[in-house]
Amino acid sequence: MKLLFERSREGSGCAILPPLDVPECLPSPELMRKTPLRLPQVAEVDLSRHYAALEKRAFGVNDGFYPLGSCTMKYNPKVNEQIAALPGFAKLHPLSDERDVQGAMEVYFRAGTCLAAITGMDYMTFQAAAGAHGEFLGLLLIRAYHRDRGDFARKKILVPDSAHGTNPASAAMAGFEVVSIPSTADGRVDLEALRMAAGPDTAGLMLTNPNTLGIFDENILEITRIVHAAGGLNYYDGANLNAIMGVARPGDMGFDVVHLNLHKTFSTPHGGGGPGSGAVGVKAFLADFLPRRQVRKELGGYHFVDPPKSVGAVKAFYGNFAVVVKAFAYLLSLGPDGVRQAAECAVLNANYLMHALRPGYTPAIEGMCMHEFVLSLEALKRETGVSALDVAKGMIDGGMHPPTMYFPMIVHEALMLEPTETESRQTLDWAAGVMLEILRKARENPESLHAAPVTAPVRRLDEVTAARRPVLRYPF
Amino acid sequence: MAYHIPEELLYTKSHEWVRFDEDGTALVGITDFAQHSLGDIVFINLPEQGQHAAAGEQLADVESVKAVEGILSPVTGTVLCVNEALDEAPEAVNEDPYGAWIVRIGDIAGRGELLDAAQYRAHVEQEEA
Repeated sequence: MKLLFERSREGSGCAILPPLDVPECLPSPELMRKTPLRLPQVAEVDLSRHYAALEKRAFGVNDGFYPLGSCTMKYNPKVNEQIAALPGFAKLHPLSDERDVQGAMEVYFRAGTCLAAITGMDYMTFQAAAGAHGEFLGLLLIRAYHRDRGDFARKKILVPDSAHGTNPASAAMAGFEVVSIPSTADGRVDLEALRMAAGPDTAGLMLTNPNTLGIFDENILEITRIVHAAGGLNYYDGANLNAIMGVARPGDMGFDVVHLNLHKTFSTPHGGGGPGSGAVGVKAFLADFLPRRQVRKELGGYHFVDPPKSVGAVKAFYGNFAVVVKAFAYLLSLGPDGVRQAAECAVLNANYLMHALRPGYTPAIEGMCMHEFVLSLEALKRETGVSALDVAKGMIDGGMHPPTMYFPMIVHEALMLEPTETESRQTLDWAAGVMLEILRKARENPESLHAAPVTAPVRRLDEVTAARRPVLRYPF
Repeated sequence: MAYHIPEELLYTKSHEWVRFDEDGTALVGITDFAQHSLGDIVFINLPEQGQHAAAGEQLADVESVKAVEGILSPVTGTVLCVNEALDEAPEAVNEDPYGAWIVRIGDIAGRGELLDAAQYRAHVEQEEA
């Protein structure tokens, strides 16, 4: 398929401008470009077709089943978009006087109140633009808290080995040293190892619960107690909140800071399209360190306040406002009971699909799962040579998006599926059928899976060469 | 699966190999089992020359299409030199894991837990099971 620049023809265009009827006013010559900017020149109809063709090659949650684990690729209700597009929201200027944007500030305040209630926190901030950005902010808050107490010795963040890769990366970015805590064979945090690691140099622990194996760690109160007893804080990675929202609260589990991905759990667009929102919640004792421009409700309306010991700004202005509007629309649509029901259905759907796959696939961890589960295809690979990658590519031909592969890294030949709450029983039955059919093919004709996908716009890509010798520039 | 495990080298449980040379320095790389588990290696983040290496601590990291893993130092000492050819051709580690060394360490002040070839073979078999 051609790039827009390759479709460009000199003299084509899609702007019909009226004749200039005011005096021409140009910047001084030294500020003007010497050569015209090289922009593609295409007619509007060709431009429109170009993007429509791109759209047809993509596969999103509006195209079909999208069970990408640990990502909560949930359906985005269209009402969210309608609300966020209201001119009173969409046309706001970030420098508006707060008296003129009370409605927008009410959205921030009330969305924050809802999410604080769901997570068991006291305050929320929406400044971070995505999940890892929220993690980074949360870690800055932990650092500021320790330093404010005059404690400069806490340089280590404990991270279980089942964590999302962003956790150790964010900790390193925030200037901490990362200590990996091993998991037990049944996918829980190794308490003995945690006790050994926690000490006067521990700044905090980062934990996802349920974790990336789709397991709720029942030892959570003991885990957070160990870290608190050592003087550290507990950070909750909210990537998997979809499993427990409305049912259990990180704040009640001993967590001091959380981040939420509004673009996962709260149904705003996720991946590629962005932008996201990594809302961060804290217990009251951390409120003084929050980024500037927090919305508070006082007599006479909503106001921006700058916390006294603020870590500063992590993004221009107030974060991605429209994303917060969409998430708030979702929260109001569902209400407290609906939020809980979404979590319950997400867990039910995951268990249903895991069970439906039982005739052929082996879960990495036995027992019930939460909102997602991990399969290990190690035995299949040993017996047939068909890998998790081959099965994932086969699923593309089967008409669905492949799940997360080779993650978490503690499971060999992992496929991680998260169906989410909105998929019907019919869709789950169909998906299980597709995957069991792939298994049959793996045993009868493994070659056909090594060749998959055959129905996609592109065949198997050369990922190795792309990673070893990436071409990062398009010469034109 | 049968992995190549040369008799003359020593090994760590985290799948690095080490060769102690007569000049008192040690050559370090990753084993055939390690390269096979990682799959196609696309990048090796090499340490700086002169950097301190501590036994059991991360020395470098290796990125494949599947994963990023740390390479742990088998010994305590100083990084004398790194195999810069791996910047251009990290695939050499897949093709010849015992030829494509990663770092040479000198001023050796200590060793971590090291296995001989037979012990390492038993360790790999245990991990495979």
